[in-house]
Amino acid sequence: MVKKKQNRESEPVAEDFRVIGKNHGKVGAMDRLTGVAKYTDDLSLPRMLHAKILRSPHAHARILNIDTSAAEALDGVFGVVVGSEMPTRYGVIPWTPDEQALAADKARYVGDAVAAVAARDEETANAALKLIDVEYEVLEPLCSPQAALASPLKIHENNKKGNISKHVKLEFGEVDNNLKKADLIIEGHYEFHGTNHAAIEPHCALAYYDNKDLLTIWSSTQVPHYLHRELAKVLVLETRQIRVIQPPLGGAFGAKSEPFDLEFVAAKLSMKTGLPVKCLYTREEVFFAHRGRHPFSMDYRMGFDQNGHILAVDAQTILDGGAYSSFGLVTTYYSGQLLCSPYTFDTFRFESTRVYTNKPTCGPKRGHGSVQPRFAIEVQLDKAAHALGLDPIELRRRNFLGENTRTVNGFVVGSNGFPECLDKIEEASRWRERYDKLPYGRGLGVAGSTYISGTNYCVYPSDLPQAGVQICLDRSGRARIFAGCSDIGQGSDTVLAVIAAENLGLEVNDIRVVSADTDLTPVDLGAYSSRITLMMGHACLMAAENLGKKVREAVAQHWECSAKQVILAGRRAQRLDDPEMFIPIQEAFVLAEAIYGTLGTVGYYDTPKEGVHGEYRGAPIGASPAYSFTAHVVEVDVDAETGDVEVIQIWAAHDCGRALAPILVEGQIEGSVYMGAAEALMENHELMPSGLNPGGRRKHGPGLEGVLAHTSLLDYPIPTTLDTPDIASIIVEKPDPRGPYGAKEAGEGPLHPVIPAIANAIYDAIGVRIDELPITPEKIVAAVQAREEENMKGVRHASASAL
Amino acid sequence: MKQNIHIEQKRDNPSSTSPDFCHRARQVEIVSFVLNSEPCQVAVPSHWTLLELLRYAIGLTGSKQGCDKGDCGACTVRLNGQPVLSCITLALDATEQHIDTVEGLGMGGTPHPLQNAFEECGATQCGFCTPGMMMSAAALIENKQKAEQTNISRLEIATALGGNLCRCTGYRKILDAVERAWAEMS
Repeated sequence: MVKKKQNRESEPVAEDFRVIGKNHGKVGAMDRLTGVAKYTDDLSLPRMLHAKILRSPHAHARILNIDTSAAEALDGVFGVVVGSEMPTRYGVIPWTPDEQALAADKARYVGDAVAAVAARDEETANAALKLIDVEYEVLEPLCSPQAALASPLKIHENNKKGNISKHVKLEFGEVDNNLKKADLIIEGHYEFHGTNHAAIEPHCALAYYDNKDLLTIWSSTQVPHYLHRELAKVLVLETRQIRVIQPPLGGAFGAKSEPFDLEFVAAKLSMKTGLPVKCLYTREEVFFAHRGRHPFSMDYRMGFDQNGHILAVDAQTILDGGAYSSFGLVTTYYSGQLLCSPYTFDTFRFESTRVYTNKPTCGPKRGHGSVQPRFAIEVQLDKAAHALGLDPIELRRRNFLGENTRTVNGFVVGSNGFPECLDKIEEASRWRERYDKLPYGRGLGVAGSTYISGTNYCVYPSDLPQAGVQICLDRSGRARIFAGCSDIGQGSDTVLAVIAAENLGLEVNDIRVVSADTDLTPVDLGAYSSRITLMMGHACLMAAENLGKKVREAVAQHWECSAKQVILAGRRAQRLDDPEMFIPIQEAFVLAEAIYGTLGTVGYYDTPKEGVHGEYRGAPIGASPAYSFTAHVVEVDVDAETGDVEVIQIWAAHDCGRALAPILVEGQIEGSVYMGAAEALMENHELMPSGLNPGGRRKHGPGLEGVLAHTSLLDYPIPTTLDTPDIASIIVEKPDPRGPYGAKEAGEGPLHPVIPAIANAIYDAIGVRIDELPITPEKIVAAVQAREEENMKGVRHASASAL
Repeated sequence: MKQNIHIEQKRDNPSSTSPDFCHRARQVEIVSFVLNSEPCQVAVPSHWTLLELLRYAIGLTGSKQGCDKGDCGACTVRLNGQPVLSCITLALDATEQHIDTVEGLGMGGTPHPLQNAFEECGATQCGFCTPGMMMSAAALIENKQKAEQTNISRLEIATALGGNLCRCTGYRKILDAVERAWAEMS
């Protein structure tokens, strides 16, 4: 087998760009603004059925029997499916296949899917669900990691290590020695709660098996390729029998990055009935499907020398995984591996344990696995700065990792704009004049962070490229890009169009992007781990450069000059040395087609594999071609009497390498910042106290546990316009030699620092630390009261000694 | 067997693309109203919401369903000029009223200033909340114009859009866009 590998390491380009870095419309924006864009639920097919899913009312129960006969007999019901018809276990990570499309043996959380009905409408399907009789043997619900670790009862019978889903322990250097040497030890216990992505579009899938051996599924997925593979496995079809199409998507943030019950259910019911079947989640089902941020319980111990240098980091973490694995293997590694930048550590040790619990499954949410540890370490740094009498920004500067270097755990870091990010926010927030000097109740806090631009490896073993595109030119002077990647609102179609337009002398709206259709587009692995700009950007650049070369050569032949004398720009081909000599771009394309035949080419990209990470078990997990850097300052106003926190302003500086489409980069920064601020102060994907219904109104009998507390967008309060602070987004560009035109990620990194920066700002404002998220008024009031009692004791003690 | 019934019922019912094509007999009402400036008459089950009427009976899918219980604002349309949550408004409430949806923004292929401003400001990412967001904004702008008010504050805009949840943008660019459209329109 001939292996063609292309590891592009393009130099940052200094010349003036015509399209890159300019403000232009988002590809497809006007379709979304006029209501023309068809999202999955906007599609309907003739004679389409509607599917609904029956969900377990028990957090942990063995399924003894399912009787669907009454449901099948109901008028208007066309098909019923249960777990035993799709028994294959799957999982987005192939090493941990522990999910079934519908639970066949056990229900593992309240909301676990056990059966589904296809009927002429949702109303009939819902009526039919009530007629399905499931006989459960209720088991002890294990709704916390502590309960799950203590119980001999296993949530997954076949799991070798009790209820431990994944355990990772890695040490770099001699941590204990360094802790002994340290002048200052900062220890802290931190709790990060669960949060949901809450994309406004609920998950939806429409499937049609046409009886001619082709299953077409339209799904609101952000990973069409992984969905394609898992559908084939579970439905026992060949991948060539399945076509996955991702219509315009109404937000994802990680919520749609693996297969879900509804896709299997719609597909299977379509195969059974021969009719198209749609399944749309209710908002409650979105909260059940979850895959949101893992609750982390973290114990951190860090040693510093007297100058504030980090000598040792020791991080112990328990991850509350929920019922299934999801990306949990990766989350467990990320909880430590992504901590080693933008600061340099002498030594580092982490031990992370992901535990199965009878709760909705946790997975990847924007900033997968690294937002929680970032909260802990950035608060630790703030505490250290106070203990050492150092400015917190200065402490961060002193520990700067540097660029073109390696982290303590072996990741190779290229460009690094972290110091510039710190400079920008320090200046913009007037930090030096105001930090530690504001009146009681007002405060500033700082935090920094880093994130990956894609991961070095596919989730399954593969020597194939991670990203691929095809570009075709047509005689009207336009280009069509066929790309497997998923535009989930972040604007990846636009990024591709910008790169192609730059190389082909076109404007962005001359380019049609057809994306995320497994029949039409080359494989890309999907919209996760901030990989598309870097990876698909490279693939697109490769294809566009090849085509551009052909067009320039054809024009050069026509003009009898060298191809170097021809440039493509502004819908023209023109002579470099004679701007008056040009032809319209469509004529140039026609000249090229006459010589080379139909104009089309492919481009692809795979990550560099050699020497970019260490050589230990797990070393590649978290390694990326390039890393982004972020720093934030937050200003808060805290009412110490009521515990109310108002975030006044957030200054967010982000090093994205090069901003290919600056307005989209700003949008990613602002969206990240808003989402993080809400995680710090508002949102909590938590369970009701045992025995209560959502809303807390009615007591059930004993044994009903694991019921979600907030299953609507009213109960789970995501911020409105009025809750969202002013956000100043500042783009820092430090082009990375491993990014296309130097570009790195922008969609996830900027979320990280907000949460610790808010916590640190609250400390600056009123002098109390809240190390357990979310930071609620109750916790602040309690902390203030505790401090006052402490002070009173001190006063009493002092007056007693005076007597 | 069941499938046969399905097909026969379909044959009897000409509106076979509607999901309602083989409903059991139930009360159906005829609703007459003005939709995006065009008179319109449609038969819907009496318990349907305005959102169901628009999406299923008429096929205008620009108004979105994000929560189906009035929490998110993605379904916002205008009833006699004022923003309403169509997922918790009965279809029958539209009788003899004026309903405006995102499909009616902008005329004859020319985008509405709000649509242009949203595009230019980068105020739409996934776009799912955008139709509802623009309907609230359009109502705000028109109400202010009718009241002959010449200034608009950021807080006024934020308040008017307070019932429309967006999960992508952090709202800043949306507020920018409404400010820009206001400037354009006044």
